[in-house]
Amino acid sequence: MGLDGALVRKDFPIFERFIDGAPIVYLDSANTSQKPRQVIDAMTSFIENSYAPINRSAYRLAGEATDAFEAARSKVARFINARSSDEVVFTKNATESLNLLAYSWGRANLNAGDVVVLTHLEHHANIVPWHMLQAERGIVLRWVPLTADGQLDLTDLAALLTDAKVFSFTAMSNVLGTITPVQQLCEAAHAAGAIAIVDGCQYVPHNVTDVQAWGADFLAFSSHKMCGPTGIGVLWGREQLLDAMPPFLGGGNMIADVRLDGFTTAPLPAKFEAGTPAIIETIGLGAAVDYLSNLGMANVREHEMQLGSYAMSALTKRYGNDISIHGPSDIAVRGATLSFAFAGIHPHDLSQVLDQRNVCVRAGHHCAKPLMRLLGVSATARASFYIYNDESDADALVDALAGASDIFGF
Amino acid sequence: MPGLDDLYREIILDHYRSPRNRGELAPPAVRAEGHNPLCGDEIQVYLDVVDGVVNDIKITGSGCSISLSSASMMSQAVKGKKIADVKALVNRFRSMMGLDIADAESDTDVLSIDDDTEVAAPEVKLGDLEALQGVVKFPVRIKCATLAWITLTQAMAEVPNA
Ligand SMILES: Cc1ncc(COP(=O)(O)O)c(C=O)c1O
Repeated sequence: MGLDGALVRKDFPIFERFIDGAPIVYLDSANTSQKPRQVIDAMTSFIENSYAPINRSAYRLAGEATDAFEAARSKVARFINARSSDEVVFTKNATESLNLLAYSWGRANLNAGDVVVLTHLEHHANIVPWHMLQAERGIVLRWVPLTADGQLDLTDLAALLTDAKVFSFTAMSNVLGTITPVQQLCEAAHAAGAIAIVDGCQYVPHNVTDVQAWGADFLAFSSHKMCGPTGIGVLWGREQLLDAMPPFLGGGNMIADVRLDGFTTAPLPAKFEAGTPAIIETIGLGAAVDYLSNLGMANVREHEMQLGSYAMSALTKRYGNDISIHGPSDIAVRGATLSFAFAGIHPHDLSQVLDQRNVCVRAGHHCAKPLMRLLGVSATARASFYIYNDESDADALVDALAGASDIFGF
Repeated sequence: MPGLDDLYREIILDHYRSPRNRGELAPPAVRAEGHNPLCGDEIQVYLDVVDGVVNDIKITGSGCSISLSSASMMSQAVKGKKIADVKALVNRFRSMMGLDIADAESDTDVLSIDDDTEVAAPEVKLGDLEALQGVVKFPVRIKCATLAWITLTQAMAEVPNA
């Protein structure tokens, strides 16, 4: 069925704003998404009517706040089809979720010589925590290579996974848009005796997510890329694995008991939620999940497949060989996140010229420097589409690029 | 928003398309490397100083039109100059970019000359570099324009008893 981007856009107050007398063409949702009125209102209303500490106090207002907070957890659990909401741990963002895993699971289970397998598609958030563990523990990192069109090259996957303890990979690349075969990768990890960690930061906001169908062990994602506020993220994990892990941060909320000679941990998920959490933001994330669920994630995906295909063909039709879109050309294996090179013009300059027409794209290395090196570039321009975009945004991008060729010439 | 003509002046595009002093220099020339972590630009500056004078300078690296043209113009401007004059030029450029001494002290990212060279002596001529003045109107691009200069400053610090 898809969506009507123009209709969805009406839910987002930011699109009422004009810059230099013209509306904003926001094509940077892979970076962070805009927020609908429903999320803003849910947070405001919570602050105005129900704000209080959670899990700590006996009065009714605090009970109400705690219920609202836990309701958000249940919404997230349903959204990704977790077995139980106890498997949903709130963090600051996907970066913290991945660091938590490397720190807590990693330090409990990995020693010198143990193998962690990553891919060439990874964001720094799924690289650097493992580098840190490599420096501390002497673990060994292996990398799944890419095919020429930017998909994972799985030819030697079994060999790469031999004796591996962890396979941690993105479900969708933030640079190339590539969607990886998550279920197959989880199966391969398990066949080799490794756990499967999925970086769902780009995937979850744009697709139906089902951690049970995947057979994954852990999933990390951020609220701010899926219409929710910043400051809140999710780590989902299989209960058995989370239970067996040592805690991450220590402090209030994560304990069952504290004595002078030590402490015992609270049950899941509190065990991994030390300190006062981002209460208001969690309410916002819950509202974002409601918002996306109402649209229907299958519709979101269909909308982006249509829009991604439209944008790719409009760009290619207009600019032919002067434009090259990185990553797979088959929309079935990619999202509507388009990194491109245009007429040899530096991405920074492209973005500057596009900004003149209020077209917001990201120019840079996208926190994926190893991938940039593989592509042989120092940066790319990236236009990423979401629910509030439609063909008019793709057209605006295509038209605005002409301004760049006027200045830099080809 | 200020027009792009302010940013992409013809002389800037000329230096971008045909950068001057591209290449490397062998030791005893010193080499310094600069990165702009935001956009991935990188630059290498090779500096050959003889008797306190910039005998030669070469530049390699990749970047946007502003960072490459700034590097190219900088290389032209400093070649043949005394180190003391180069430092004055760096200061003059810094003040054109709207970065004052207070910034330099608080933010190690921006240009800072660590001695007490006269600041922003107005008589220091910027020549072609004046064309980069428009960058100030586009604050996110200031780091592009200053990358080469930060790297040059590092290179000067590497020169033995400069
Ligand atoms: C694939 C991927 N993983 C992880 C992250 C990190 O997300 P955050 O910065 O919200 O922690 C991002 C964000 O760009 C991403 O795209």
